[in-house]
Amino acid sequence: MTILDEREGSRETAVNPKLERRARRRDAWRGFFHAAPAFLYLTLFFTLPLIIVFVFSFASRGRTGRPLLEAWNIDSWTRLFEPLVRTIAVRSFWLAVLNTALCLLVGYPFAYWIATRRKQATRNILLVAVLIPFWSNFLVRTYAWRMLLDSDGYITQFGEMTGLWGRLLFTVPAVFLGLLYGYLPFMVLPLYAAIERLDWSLVEAGRDLYASGAAAFRRITLPLSRPGIIAGSILVFIPSLGAYVTPDILGGAKTTLLGNYIVTQFGAARNWPFGSSISGAILIVMLAVTVFYFRSGGRTL
Amino acid sequence: MKRILILVAAVALVAAACGDSTDETTTTAAAGATTAAPGTTAEPGTTAPPATEPPPAGPQALADACEAGQTDGDLNLYNWTEYLPYGAAAEDGEVDDLKEAFEAEYGVNLVITEYESNEAMLAQIDAGVPYDLVVPSDYMVTVMKNAGLLLKLNKAAVPNMANIDPAFSNPPYDAGNEFSAPYQWGTTGIGFSYDVIDDADGISWGVIFDPAMNADYAGQISLLDDERETMGAALKYLGYSLNTTNEDEVNEAADLIAATKANLAAFISAGFEDLLVQGETVVAQGWNGDFLGAYDAASTDDYDAYEEFGYAVPIEGGAAWVDTMAIPATAEHPCSALAFINFMLDAENGATLTNYTYYASPNLASQEFIWEEILEDPSIYPPAEMLQDGSLEFFSDLGDFTNMYSDAYARAKS
Repeated sequence: MTILDEREGSRETAVNPKLERRARRRDAWRGFFHAAPAFLYLTLFFTLPLIIVFVFSFASRGRTGRPLLEAWNIDSWTRLFEPLVRTIAVRSFWLAVLNTALCLLVGYPFAYWIATRRKQATRNILLVAVLIPFWSNFLVRTYAWRMLLDSDGYITQFGEMTGLWGRLLFTVPAVFLGLLYGYLPFMVLPLYAAIERLDWSLVEAGRDLYASGAAAFRRITLPLSRPGIIAGSILVFIPSLGAYVTPDILGGAKTTLLGNYIVTQFGAARNWPFGSSISGAILIVMLAVTVFYFRSGGRTL
Repeated sequence: MKRILILVAAVALVAAACGDSTDETTTTAAAGATTAAPGTTAEPGTTAPPATEPPPAGPQALADACEAGQTDGDLNLYNWTEYLPYGAAAEDGEVDDLKEAFEAEYGVNLVITEYESNEAMLAQIDAGVPYDLVVPSDYMVTVMKNAGLLLKLNKAAVPNMANIDPAFSNPPYDAGNEFSAPYQWGTTGIGFSYDVIDDADGISWGVIFDPAMNADYAGQISLLDDERETMGAALKYLGYSLNTTNEDEVNEAADLIAATKANLAAFISAGFEDLLVQGETVVAQGWNGDFLGAYDAASTDDYDAYEEFGYAVPIEGGAAWVDTMAIPATAEHPCSALAFINFMLDAENGATLTNYTYYASPNLASQEFIWEEILEDPSIYPPAEMLQDGSLEFFSDLGDFTNMYSDAYARAKS
């Protein structure tokens, strides 16, 4: 706040260009100090490890599994083009796409409903309700789902009673149920933020001009909430692509996904270079997709 | 003024941060020096090397100079979880507290850190964390000794090596137990419900891999999620060695696993025994100690889980594994480590360990102190000839062929 005031003040009073330059430099320094802790933290604990991952991806696997940096090569990167890796990657991709679509389908109406509650207090309570699951560990919650879905679980019993479904545990629907549950909040929150600040007078204007409810939604509400859709989709898609706990615990680990495959490389296979190159490749693809996504959607943001 | 204050504060912070880190390194270095000191000062009293001789170089020389019963400081033990009876766990298991006993006998502290996989332990040792004693499984002993990460055992300091069962005195993973002393051993086989399998004798891996045999309970079967163990079961069923490096055999096993997937509930390595006891599965591949532990836990005063569930190594054979005690090359207290190995190989202490873990002891002398219910249980102590005729095999490290197994297994699951 004080910075802002001072900056405005200096703009008004600055007649001497030297003084102005000094003031600007002072502001830059101050900004640097404010950002320094976060900057240092991110460099040390985020950028540096990432660089290490990239460096290791060029190492070779020693006979005992120790990564050998001196014998560097691109074998781990060329291995990414093997059919096995492609099969695993494609499956993980579709799983992530499907889960993102599912979250959007369930999350949008829900976010819309919350955002259109008239009382602020009601909206707050509903938002807290969305966040409550985060108060406990994801692994614990996934194991809780296992109890709901196993033979004695309430969900299975209900399904058997109504004759709609049998045991769900260790099936594909169980995996999607778990993923939807886990990542829905990441979709609802940005959607809520986007819909809540929407200018409703535009919708009213549309209706005044004889647009049907559906048309108004399609041509006004939906485009205006697009930033929320994009943000939510990215937030859901990225972790879904690396999903590991849910397919393992609820799906019975019956299909290899990228997450499990990477874990294997760092564990039993003791092939850190290959694990690093898969991780690096995912990161690059993610970055490219995100940049593309924002560029294409950015103009309407 | 404010600006200067901020600047000073920031500089102070940075300086403090740097100061901290340098302090830390110097203190750890100092700690290393002081902890090393008792060993070297203790030595003149016992071995008294002449002052003219150059000081012994490296930890191997230090270890070789240790005498039976000698210690050189607190022991940093890096062990699997729940793998040594002490504290409340020992009380629950109604066995002696071995940590307390060791500390009382040798007058040094036993500091225990725990891990959950061989690979996690390897990474720590490879990074140079100075543990004095680790408990690697068979194949990991090979990996670690080939990488130069282990010290040779100074057997003069471990007279109780004589207690080891001859079946474990020359294991394939470490010829002549040069680098390792066996700690516990067990088997990988099949845990099952008597609802679907009447008799533990003559059980075949076919109950998992043969669709004709498991038609009644398809979908209620679990395999371990471990490329060596899971592939190993398939290889055994097909009549091959579980250490085969023949690509055709490995691929055949992978195809078998892929074909079996439809009849499985899950691939699961942690909690397979719970799924069995809870009734989610009726047949499960797993480790004997885990099954028996779960049957024990499920039993109550008026319910005997052993009547409902069993465990057996199939007729085609299975995997036998050995966890061992070994001294990392980074050890700072090798004499204490050797003292601990000797302590654990003692007849009574070895029996205490087995009475706690329900895993078989490679310590022949300890048999007279092991509870009868354990000793006479064929699921803990399988017939001795199974180890000799090759039906029970140890996993050996595959070196460059490790990738072949990982890929075949990943393919089977994709």
